[in-house]
Amino acid sequence: MSVWQFISSHHGEVLAATREHLILVLISMAMAAAIGVPLGLALVSRPRLRSAALAVASVFQTIPSLALFGFLIPLPFLGGIGTRTAIVALVLYALLPILRNTYVGLTNIDPAILEAAEAMGMTEDQILFRVRLPLATSFILAGIRTATVITIGVATIAAAIGAGGLGTFIFRGVAMVSDAVILAGAIPAAMLALLADFLLGLLERRLRVA
Amino acid sequence: MSNAIIEFRDVEYQIRTTDPRPVLSGVSLKIHQGETIALLGRSGSGKTTMLKLINCLRNYTSGDLLVEGQRVRDWNRIHLRRRIGYVIQEVGLFPHLTIQENVTLVPGLENWTAERIASRYVEVMQLVGLDATEYANRYPRELSGGQRQRIGVARALAADPAILLMDEPFGALDPVTRAELQREFLALVRKVSKTIVLVTHDVREALLLGTRVVLLDAGRIVAEAGPREFLNLDQAVAREFVAASELVPGAAK
Repeated sequence: MSVWQFISSHHGEVLAATREHLILVLISMAMAAAIGVPLGLALVSRPRLRSAALAVASVFQTIPSLALFGFLIPLPFLGGIGTRTAIVALVLYALLPILRNTYVGLTNIDPAILEAAEAMGMTEDQILFRVRLPLATSFILAGIRTATVITIGVATIAAAIGAGGLGTFIFRGVAMVSDAVILAGAIPAAMLALLADFLLGLLERRLRVA
Repeated sequence: MSNAIIEFRDVEYQIRTTDPRPVLSGVSLKIHQGETIALLGRSGSGKTTMLKLINCLRNYTSGDLLVEGQRVRDWNRIHLRRRIGYVIQEVGLFPHLTIQENVTLVPGLENWTAERIASRYVEVMQLVGLDATEYANRYPRELSGGQRQRIGVARALAADPAILLMDEPFGALDPVTRAELQREFLALVRKVSKTIVLVTHDVREALLLGTRVVLLDAGRIVAEAGPREFLNLDQAVAREFVAASELVPGAAK
């Protein structure tokens, strides 16, 4: 049986898994951005916290993804089997690229512009929100784009802890030793990743300030 | 003489207290209403630092610095800076804002009414010789160096500050544009009657634009003279400068 035969005979199932996958990614990304961007903003005026925050975010990313899902299962509140645990893991994974890009974007600004802003009598907050943030937008978006592509891939592993998504086919395919079934999960996941990369890339280019 | 609008009293500035040689030391200078002071000196002579002490971008280590009769330390630095226009060589226009947004930024921070901001925008654009409507919605990257520099001056003038600080404002321009902007500057000064402190390393510029030239060397004021007297100063540093500019043939001899 070829992939295409499998997909056409199971198209309802594939579609449902894709939707599940997409929702998993969207929720995780929204939460990661909601944590990462404000955290990056907060770090600008607290350089001492910077290395600590980036180190913690890096540690999450160095944990092998399957292991991270495993570690979370026994935890109270956050853990257990299912979608919630998967979202926690995906958020931790996506945090580093978003946080790092936000921080770098906010701090890598032409010193002449920052000096002009200061000399014009802008307060720290005004400089942060009216100068640094708009100039960092495309950088922040690039971080979100990287994180999204990673998350779409990593989210396939979420199936291992019962969170559903396209990973379901991959794990099933591995168990059945069937390339067709593995590909039925892998191909839509790859397509989602490419599509997300393309769309966010467009947005990033549109928001870039020369 | 009337009271000074800016007064340096034995000002010293060092980056770290352990530094053997301060960036500025023993600087005393009275700047009066309506003067254009040209701070002249080589790179590293401390002239830019002197400028940045005035709007509190740097904090002096000892001595006293008064702006409008009040010590800079006692000013609310945000209020102080909004009363002082600042123009730098790199211009520092905000790339994400239109020309109109750039120019009217300080009036906006000061909560002027929209009508007042709009009419002030037209006014300052006229002062720097640019068409207000033509540039309103354009972005800094679409402008030439000379135009950007004019916008920089317009922005500094927008909130109608009594004091204007200029750090090599014409340094990055080609000679023709520079000469053009220097001429415009002189015409502008006659119209707006501001107190101006201008940093330059170019003697010609200092003599052309300054009503008084202050020469700095290694963090100290070494000479102070009107533009005409400056050419005849005895000090070695002043003579070196004049000689290097080739204004007076053989002046170094």
